Amino acid sequence: MGTKLNSAAAGTANYVDERTSIGGFVKFFARKLFPDHWSFMLGEIALYSFVVLLLSGVFLTAFFVPSMTEVHYEGPFATMHGVAMTEAFASTLKTSFEVPGGLLIRQIHHWAALLFLAAIMVHMCRVFFTGAFRKPRELNWLVGFTLMILGLAAGFTGYSLPDDVLSGNGLRIIDGVIKGVPIIGTYISYWLFGGEYPGTDIIPRLFTAHILLVPGLILALVALHLFLVFLHKHTQYPGGGKSHRNVVGLPLFPVYTAKAGGFFFVVFGIIALVASLFTINPVWNYGPYDPSPVSAGTQPDWYILFVDGLLRMWPGWLFGLPTEWVIGGYTLSLNILIPAAVVPALFFGFIALYPWIEAWATGDRGEKHVLDRPRNVPVRTGIGVAMITFYVILVIEGSNDIVANLFHLSLNDITIFFQWGVFILPPLAFWITRRICLGLQRKDRELVLHGHETGTIVRYEHGEYIEVHEPLDEQELWLRVSYENYTPLEIAPELNDHGVARKGYRWDRFKQALSRFYFEERIEPVTAAELEEARHHHDEHAPHGLDEAAEAEQADERLDAEWEQVDGGAKK
Amino acid sequence: MSAPEHSTEHETDLDPMNGHENPGLGYHRPRRSDVDDKADKKAERQVAALFGLSALGTVVAIWAYFSLNDIDPGDVDSIRQVNMWIGIGTFLAMIGIGLGAIHWAKTLMRDHEMTEDRHELRSSDEAREGAIQNLKDGVEDSGLGGAKRRSVLKGSLITALAIAPLGILVPQIGNMGGDWNVSKFRHTLWGPGVRLARDPDGAPIRAADVTIGSVFHVIPEGLNDLDHHHLISEKAKAVVLLVRLDPADLKIQEGREDWSFDGIVAYSKICTHVGCPVALYEQQTHHLLCPCHQSTFDVADGAKVVFGPAKRPLPQLPIAVDDDGYIVAQADFDEPIGPSYWDRLKGGDATVEEESH
Repeated sequence: MGTKLNSAAAGTANYVDERTSIGGFVKFFARKLFPDHWSFMLGEIALYSFVVLLLSGVFLTAFFVPSMTEVHYEGPFATMHGVAMTEAFASTLKTSFEVPGGLLIRQIHHWAALLFLAAIMVHMCRVFFTGAFRKPRELNWLVGFTLMILGLAAGFTGYSLPDDVLSGNGLRIIDGVIKGVPIIGTYISYWLFGGEYPGTDIIPRLFTAHILLVPGLILALVALHLFLVFLHKHTQYPGGGKSHRNVVGLPLFPVYTAKAGGFFFVVFGIIALVASLFTINPVWNYGPYDPSPVSAGTQPDWYILFVDGLLRMWPGWLFGLPTEWVIGGYTLSLNILIPAAVVPALFFGFIALYPWIEAWATGDRGEKHVLDRPRNVPVRTGIGVAMITFYVILVIEGSNDIVANLFHLSLNDITIFFQWGVFILPPLAFWITRRICLGLQRKDRELVLHGHETGTIVRYEHGEYIEVHEPLDEQELWLRVSYENYTPLEIAPELNDHGVARKGYRWDRFKQALSRFYFEERIEPVTAAELEEARHHHDEHAPHGLDEAAEAEQADERLDAEWEQVDGGAKK
Repeated sequence: MSAPEHSTEHETDLDPMNGHENPGLGYHRPRRSDVDDKADKKAERQVAALFGLSALGTVVAIWAYFSLNDIDPGDVDSIRQVNMWIGIGTFLAMIGIGLGAIHWAKTLMRDHEMTEDRHELRSSDEAREGAIQNLKDGVEDSGLGGAKRRSVLKGSLITALAIAPLGILVPQIGNMGGDWNVSKFRHTLWGPGVRLARDPDGAPIRAADVTIGSVFHVIPEGLNDLDHHHLISEKAKAVVLLVRLDPADLKIQEGREDWSFDGIVAYSKICTHVGCPVALYEQQTHHLLCPCHQSTFDVADGAKVVFGPAKRPLPQLPIAVDDDGYIVAQADFDEPIGPSYWDRLKGGDATVEEESH
């Protein structure tokens, strides 16, 4: 049996290889090494939720009708009997109530979408804080960034499809924002909605974008993202035996085939569990779209909250001055443009360009494959935490009514607090984080130079007390001393030898200023020479520290034993 | 198995840093299943059990699906319950495979790290030169560069390529906007004599039925006779909120002295920020709150903005009472309702404003 199977497999392999030369690929891929760390799974969660989205999405397309034709509901859900609604909404009800398991798949799809975006963002944070975006991975950072934007687009287009009250209001907000675009706003709105809002075209158009255009682009970019991961080989955390020129890990086949493959099923399983236990988007409670009603506490999906927070936060009147201007009879809605377009564009633009900004500051052209410990790049870590703070403020402000209700606070107070907080808190977060990083680096230096505290106190004959320190082993040491020691860039003077101003001086000045911002205040790693000196010093100071500690410990034990004897005797 | 596998060829990769030598890989601790045969067998049984759990989960999901036959599809709770059991079955089916495979990998497959070289991504100088040469040769062959510079060809090709998409894009974009009549925003169903009716049933409202402090969600009479598509589009513009205040509380706006009736005022319900329906009325403060972005308008004072992101007051609908005692509109709104846009004060027919004054 076994030999038969083997020969069949060999025959098939031969057949395929002779037609595709797949042997070379298999040889290349099968034992490719991947480093191991839990934080490398975050991207996988995003990938697997996307697969779950594709699988559940195919199921849903079989029942969803992307049409805005009017129908009167006649299905089994009594509350909606006879209510006029679009076919899109009616088919969503049908999928939920009349298709066995349809509600589950709808909920799986929605939960998977929320997880997809959350995983993308946390994965981005991991890449950011560990410096995995550095050369040669800058382009892959951009690919990932584009995937996040496409993820937002996929989420929003999908959210709007059921044509319920909430999603209809969401679309109306989008329409309002689009109309705020100067000069062409109203025309973009007509182009999108096929005429006056809401019209009858928007659902079919969003449907095409949601099931073809956006997922097609995501699929293509995911392929490119993974191709580049293979090409670059995965980054690794610092440690003994790891360098920018090697990769230490376990082979793709079988270890990661099992671990990563298995992890897909875990992600799918968890999504299925959450979807079966927690209702999401019960559109039958909201009702079909009607432009008149809207209830308090309406919320978009979490990934849109930051834009909503910006819209809520930007005041129509600022210190008595309007933020909507009329210039020459034309209306410029800064109260829409700034929060909905300018701020998000600056925020996302900064994220997209960050790898280049940091490269200007370091001036380092080498390939970086060993990750940074976040503490070792205090300014970057500070920037990251500041951006997270900014984002979280916007998310909280985006649900300020719910927060106000929950904590019995005034809605207006929350908004006013965040209007100031959005300027004050991120810089504060930056400053605190940077100080913490510098503190941790100092702690590392201290550990390297003086070793671990042992808690053993020794008294010398001449009366001096010392605490015995145990030197770090070579692995602990390497982790703490093997980071890049960047110093601020030094640039050539403005005038060359002939006293002529040189080209590019201003650009160099800019890079220098940036570099100073990053590296002016820094904690340098302990050099071998410093370590040598410190050890020498210790040896001089406490020539037999460890021996004496051992001696003291023995004496301690002896005393303990004696005490035990005495104590035990007394009890008897 | 316990000593780190160092192969000398990789040692060269380990550059020193800050004067320290890279110590190489640390001590590898063997797992229990590596050294203890019993532990190895136990792990194997655990993996098999997890795969078994998965199969059980699949059975649960299928059972739940078939049990659905006895369910009333109009009963949301029982629908949810069946879906929950299908989901829990699916969860077990998936998590069993997943945890089994991971446990297998962690206990029984190799966990001793291996080392591989990286290679600089930059192509060799030779390859680069070859690439450039190939491109040069191609340019030469095409005649675009080199001896014959066929600049006419280049120019005409670029022109043709640049304008070719227009053949598809112009009709596409041209048709997607429908009728492109953007001045439709300026008009709603309101006009002289149109009665104010309740949303959603469409019953006209008598002035006598509007007590002080009460709020009516209002649509123009006749709206419900429209077909669904027009109904939604018109309703999106025409919805109005009708409130009766104590006339003593009401600050009459200049030029709008006859727009209200005995303390009854009507304002557009569409927010001047980004167009949500401003549906929350607070009786005590006479404030109207938009639940989307919390723009707050003071109904007693011309619906002016008192808080939030909106800049303009809600447009007011001038009302009167007809001979039968029903509330009617005197005219359409004198400005476009809803969010601001570039030319809202321009173009179209600005005569509405002139008429009403």
